[in-house]
Amino acid sequence: MEARILGEFRAVVGKGLITEASQLHTYECDGLTNMRILPQAVLLPTSTADVQAIVRICQREKIPFVARGSGTGLSGGALPVENGVLISLARMNRILEVDLPNARVVVEPGVVNSDVTLRVASHGYFFAPDPSSQSVCTIGGNLAENSGGAHCLKYGFTTTHVLALEVVLPDGSIVHLGSRALDRPGYDLPGIFVGSEGTLGIATKVVLRIVKKPAVIQTLLAAFNSTTEAGAAVSGIIGAGMLPAAIEMMDNLAIQAAEASVHAGYPNCGGLLLVELDGPAAEVEYLMEQVGEICTQCGAWEIRVAQSDAERAVVWKGRKAAFAAVGRISPNYIVQDGVVPRTALPKILGEIERMSAAEGLRVANVFHAGDGNLHPLVLYDRRIPGQEERATELSINILRLCVKFGGSITGEHGVGAEKTTMMGEMFAEPDLETMQLVRCAFDPEHLSNPGKVFPRTRLCAERTGPYQPHPLEVAGVAQFF
Amino acid sequence: MGTHSSSHASIVRPSIAAVEAAWSDLRALVGAEHMRTSMLEDTVDDVLPQMFIEPGNPEEVAGALKIATGAGLQVIPRGGATQMGWGNPPRSGDLILSTRRLNRVVEHAWGDMTATVEAGCTFQQLQQTLAEHGQRLALDPLWPDQATIGGILATNESGPLRVRFGGLRDLIIGITLALPDGTLAKSGGKVVKNVAGYDLPKLVTGSLGTLGIITQAIFRLHPIPRESRTLSFSNTDSGTMNAVVLAIQDCNMVPTGVQVRAGSSSTPEIDLRFEGTAAGCEAQIEQTLRIASGARRIESPADVWNARSTLWSGAEPSVVCKFSLLPAELGTFLTLIRKSSEPLQLPWRLVAQAVGVGYLRLEGNDTGALLSVLQDLRKNLETRGGSLVILRCPLEIKSKMDVWGSAGDALALMRSIKAQFDPTGVLNPGRFIGGI
Repeated sequence: MEARILGEFRAVVGKGLITEASQLHTYECDGLTNMRILPQAVLLPTSTADVQAIVRICQREKIPFVARGSGTGLSGGALPVENGVLISLARMNRILEVDLPNARVVVEPGVVNSDVTLRVASHGYFFAPDPSSQSVCTIGGNLAENSGGAHCLKYGFTTTHVLALEVVLPDGSIVHLGSRALDRPGYDLPGIFVGSEGTLGIATKVVLRIVKKPAVIQTLLAAFNSTTEAGAAVSGIIGAGMLPAAIEMMDNLAIQAAEASVHAGYPNCGGLLLVELDGPAAEVEYLMEQVGEICTQCGAWEIRVAQSDAERAVVWKGRKAAFAAVGRISPNYIVQDGVVPRTALPKILGEIERMSAAEGLRVANVFHAGDGNLHPLVLYDRRIPGQEERATELSINILRLCVKFGGSITGEHGVGAEKTTMMGEMFAEPDLETMQLVRCAFDPEHLSNPGKVFPRTRLCAERTGPYQPHPLEVAGVAQFF
Repeated sequence: MGTHSSSHASIVRPSIAAVEAAWSDLRALVGAEHMRTSMLEDTVDDVLPQMFIEPGNPEEVAGALKIATGAGLQVIPRGGATQMGWGNPPRSGDLILSTRRLNRVVEHAWGDMTATVEAGCTFQQLQQTLAEHGQRLALDPLWPDQATIGGILATNESGPLRVRFGGLRDLIIGITLALPDGTLAKSGGKVVKNVAGYDLPKLVTGSLGTLGIITQAIFRLHPIPRESRTLSFSNTDSGTMNAVVLAIQDCNMVPTGVQVRAGSSSTPEIDLRFEGTAAGCEAQIEQTLRIASGARRIESPADVWNARSTLWSGAEPSVVCKFSLLPAELGTFLTLIRKSSEPLQLPWRLVAQAVGVGYLRLEGNDTGALLSVLQDLRKNLETRGGSLVILRCPLEIKSKMDVWGSAGDALALMRSIKAQFDPTGVLNPGRFIGGI
């Protein structure tokens, strides 16, 4: 990068400019570590004005930029672009305002997710989105990916809890999307911005909604001989008209990993179910009894109900540590994120088992059973030639299966850099072209996190009709991904 | 050809031959029996479009839009026609496109708690189908027997259930949209949890048909509660009322309705609803009685959760508007309405939900007085992050006051979105915010 431009960046952020190769390596990937690109520079702004000044320079010089929070994303959403800069929002980490009567909190994007809850917990409130990485991931990253978590079954996703945003658009202008009150007239711009994976601009201030902590929370743990039996219990619970705060399932391999790692004390079983109910005491107690009965009817041979916060923490410990725990039983593994309609869970689990046996690769299953969000963990050993490729192929084939069952290629990790080629399997060309209209309205020059989410760059000027294949495609010479 | 009296001189009208050719193409597309010349009741504000068509499937909707766009005609989408008074007067309109023949509940995947429904299906028809498996779309829009899913989405309708289940943006998970160029595009999907691609279902919700015509939507569902209990309170003043409403929300109860009713000739009343198990409802009612000890319990009026709809009837002329504000400011707002309307002797009534969304009816013969109160209230609300949107009023008011209010510094971005989806301004021209 030209010294002239670096000088301009330095004038904005001072020491918050990193160009040393050794330091840049810290930022070469996010939680998806098999994709790495070294950015030209990393910038650490401390204010909206800084971000605006940086983006204006990028806009003038046509330098692509990528925003980053804590870098815990699992789809490569914060993967730098080769000829671009990385803008880390880690230093914009202040909680600006807490408005309890209206249940609103105003934060900068670098605030850590669980710090919001920590700040309001003494008043009985919490911030509902709870990705497993919540003790390190930032609000900015959460809103880029529209993060979920175990409790989104009842409480919704990040988008449910974001009311308004201050955003620096790719042209360097500052706009305010949404409002502190609901239903601001006009298009629902926070609705389209949240989950856009950093491709529409950079949020510099966020108005969040917080939720009152329920009167009572109880978590039931039930051990079954198989995930099929556990799955039947899930259907029974939903069928009885209940909406639990969370329903999580783990298969035997995932349980083994959790035990090896954090000694959660889980029973050694074929299918483990965690069901959390919350609400008024009288209601939770009554319904928890029913949940227990349904589990027993479906074959549960051990049931424990955790009532205190300490007991619940123990029950959740193994589940929350499950991804990392797999490292204890396999040198390498791929974390996948797919969704199927909940009733298709038994079928897809059977298929995954079959595919896993055929490939000779183990797959551990940890999933949000209430909403059909699967996290298959494909275990492999990089040292064995060809195994990484086969593991990748297997994990992609699992996603294809999700699409086949009417589901999605991602429930909460995002498309990022990892799954851009899968978008074409889930959506038809007119669907992708239509989404692109939004991109063109916000970022016609594709400067903000280019190359993410969509399979290929489309020029904004050409407002095309139905998709026309390129002559090279027709000739079989080239292929668009 | 219907054109608003104050229409922009810059609108280039298509030639008569081009229009005739378009009518003929449209007739061939949807069948002559589904196309007619408009009648007086098809008027939108003071614009009477020339033709009315009713396509029979999503492809026909897209095809009709493509023909209209090609001929330079403007299209006004319509569902159950319950909210046609919404928005600013159209700059022009040639064709009313009704979605009423797209009226199927395509799929109720009750095991997955989702439903796929066509845009022209009435809300009531959808709910009746879902109830067969003990489920519902947790929303309570106005006039459910007439209002269609498409219209409800386009106007972002919501009622008392919002306090517990959120608005449409929290319930919609997938959409199919017909664009002016004839593209039929899907976004979202059939699963509750899905972050693949941009969230067009949210963008389209509340867009008043200005980006495309919704042909199908997919929703997440909730179980029909086993029990439901309502209780009501009367308060001496708006301060007590607001304190009770805030106290209810600041404890850990889970009401599915917290509503305030007030008016120029009555003291504020509060309605509360709890749903779930009988034990849960009873326990929460007990807790409520302790919290609301400063208020007097009254018998809940019949059909109280539909109270909002009564604001559409009464002495004329009148204005009905929707307001939004921060929940803690409802009491102050009531005082402001009193202060603003009393000197001008304008009777008013309102129904507000505790989430900070409410509906207000003002009555009076003096347009100037109505305008003065509306402007006063809007200014106050907008300063505090809220808004005031006029939903129904005499045309004279619309000519003097924008019905939407300010879009702030995001207006340019909204215009740019509109320009991408509808570059030649085919859909509902001028009816949306900022003249979009």
